[in-house]
Amino acid sequence: MSLRVEDLTVYYQTLRGDVRALESASFAMADGEIMGLAGESGCGKTTLSTSLILLVPPMKQMGGRVLLDDDELPISDVEAMNAYRFKEVSVIPQYAMNAMNPTRKIGRMASELLKSRGVDPKKALPELERRLDLVELNRKVLKMYPIELSGGMKQRMVMVLSTLMNPSLLLADEITSALDVSTQKAVARMLVEFRDREIVKSVIVITHDMSILYQIADTILIMYAGQLAEKASTKTIIHAPRHPYTKLLISSLPKVGAHHDESRLVGIPGKPPLLLDPPEGCRFRERCPEAHEACVKVPPFIEIELGHQVACWKVGGPHA
Amino acid sequence: MLKLDTLSKTYRVGTFGGSLLHAVSDVTLEIPDGEVVSLIGESGSGKSTIGKMILRLIKITGGKILFNGIDVGALKGDGLKAYYRHVQGVFQDPFSSYNPIFKADRVFDVVRSHFYSGVSEREWTSKVHGALEAVGLNPEHVSNKYPHQLSGGQLQRFLIARALLLDLQFLVADEIISMLDASTRIDVLNLLADLKERDLSVLFITHDLSLGYYISEQATILYRGCVVETGDTKKIYSNPLHPYTRMLMASVPRLDKKWEDVEIELRAKQDDLVPGCVYYGRCLNEGKTDRCKTDRPQLHEAEPGHQVACACPVEAA
Repeated sequence: MSLRVEDLTVYYQTLRGDVRALESASFAMADGEIMGLAGESGCGKTTLSTSLILLVPPMKQMGGRVLLDDDELPISDVEAMNAYRFKEVSVIPQYAMNAMNPTRKIGRMASELLKSRGVDPKKALPELERRLDLVELNRKVLKMYPIELSGGMKQRMVMVLSTLMNPSLLLADEITSALDVSTQKAVARMLVEFRDREIVKSVIVITHDMSILYQIADTILIMYAGQLAEKASTKTIIHAPRHPYTKLLISSLPKVGAHHDESRLVGIPGKPPLLLDPPEGCRFRERCPEAHEACVKVPPFIEIELGHQVACWKVGGPHA
Repeated sequence: MLKLDTLSKTYRVGTFGGSLLHAVSDVTLEIPDGEVVSLIGESGSGKSTIGKMILRLIKITGGKILFNGIDVGALKGDGLKAYYRHVQGVFQDPFSSYNPIFKADRVFDVVRSHFYSGVSEREWTSKVHGALEAVGLNPEHVSNKYPHQLSGGQLQRFLIARALLLDLQFLVADEIISMLDASTRIDVLNLLADLKERDLSVLFITHDLSLGYYISEQATILYRGCVVETGDTKKIYSNPLHPYTRMLMASVPRLDKKWEDVEIELRAKQDDLVPGCVYYGRCLNEGKTDRCKTDRPQLHEAEPGHQVACACPVEAA
């Protein structure tokens, strides 16, 4: 197991009380797994990934632990995490387009970055150039400023920089949402390529775009309002989901070849609860067509078949 | 009916405005009453520029926009105000379309003060409620709220309701659902489809092909300001002919097919399509003729024991 998250609970501390953005999340990722993390805005997907790399106030770890390659990550300790950041856990941030220092040439920025991690930039240069070839970037970009690169090129450059130290876990936060479809495809495929070449061991891809996940992810984890709803192989999530939320979410996605006259899709009525004071029990309860009395208690996230976990009383619970 | 006639937009760029950027070049397009036409393209293809020109937010460089036969570019004062009574736009980001200091209902009051100053309070309230119900919102739940108290989908529907208060005939919908969550997206999309029943026409600007297919009868594909393919949505999707459209189709992430499968399918179609020599596209032979394009050459004997499938084989050295 490359990554194991156990009962991780992260709240945002505000003057009005705790925002319960991530509630006892437990899941595991295998070596070489590309896991998609999907859900509506505000469901806690970015909170989950951020807490794996930079957990700073107002975020606070309320419980649980994270194991990476059987080594516990000191996620609450900003200083101690420095030993892991970039080397073991790395991130391609949301809007990576603006992640590079605009006043430095990219090559200089890369060497500063390497020096800060105690690596000799000269020794790393051949590898850096090889990686540039891999993502089909001209080696000349090292002598250019970020402004001279297009959005897709910047995205690929950040990807190369983030993975330079062969991290065990790569977090890719909405990396394709600001790109054109053709660039999107190229970047998404490179992510798979990086995994195939074992540059990174496992990847968490955070997005709200399920169709991208269908293309590249091995497994998908669906979150709703700070709780894990369902995790299974991509095929299962898309074709045979079990959690009512996943079912509704998948059925509301328009597909090429569906026209509103013939097959009218429906959305999910209502909106997610506020996490400042979320309802007790299953947080999807109020919008759920299958809700019943048992749902006032939090459903456990249990494995109903190999590699398929669901948090719903209706599925695999005492009533099933 | 709205008609674009060889519409162009050129920007001056560079230090002294020395070079020109053709954002839109000679786009001719017709949007009949009661139809949804999608305008599809990647960023920088000029799709939003066209929408903004229709709404008179930016100046037209060349060509004309005709709305029921009236030249939109020449409208001024009262004429322009009357035009806005019929033509309105809704944009990508519902959150920045509102002033967070005021309640969301203020967008309706602005419409009232500009267009319906003579209407009594009661008549106005029932008109607003009617519009809100038409976009599927419960007036009691959503009125008197600040923008942050409403979801993105609700705000976006508010803006459509605002447009409906006027005597709306044409709506420019510029990427109106790309900021919304999957669960609320489809409601806004269905709403647009329903508006057609009111004989309203919509220009649906998007980069997402599956959304375009879901909502529209006609589709137009733009690339760098030029129309590369236009026509019946179903025909374009089932049989894309322009290489760019094909590339776009192959890149769109789909839920029913993997990228690899789409590529194989398109390649197979490509082979069917070429009636002539399969090597025509890459053939460097100066002697290649139009016949090579239309008739597939058969194998024939060039010299004893040596066959070639080319209508104009390279001369023996």
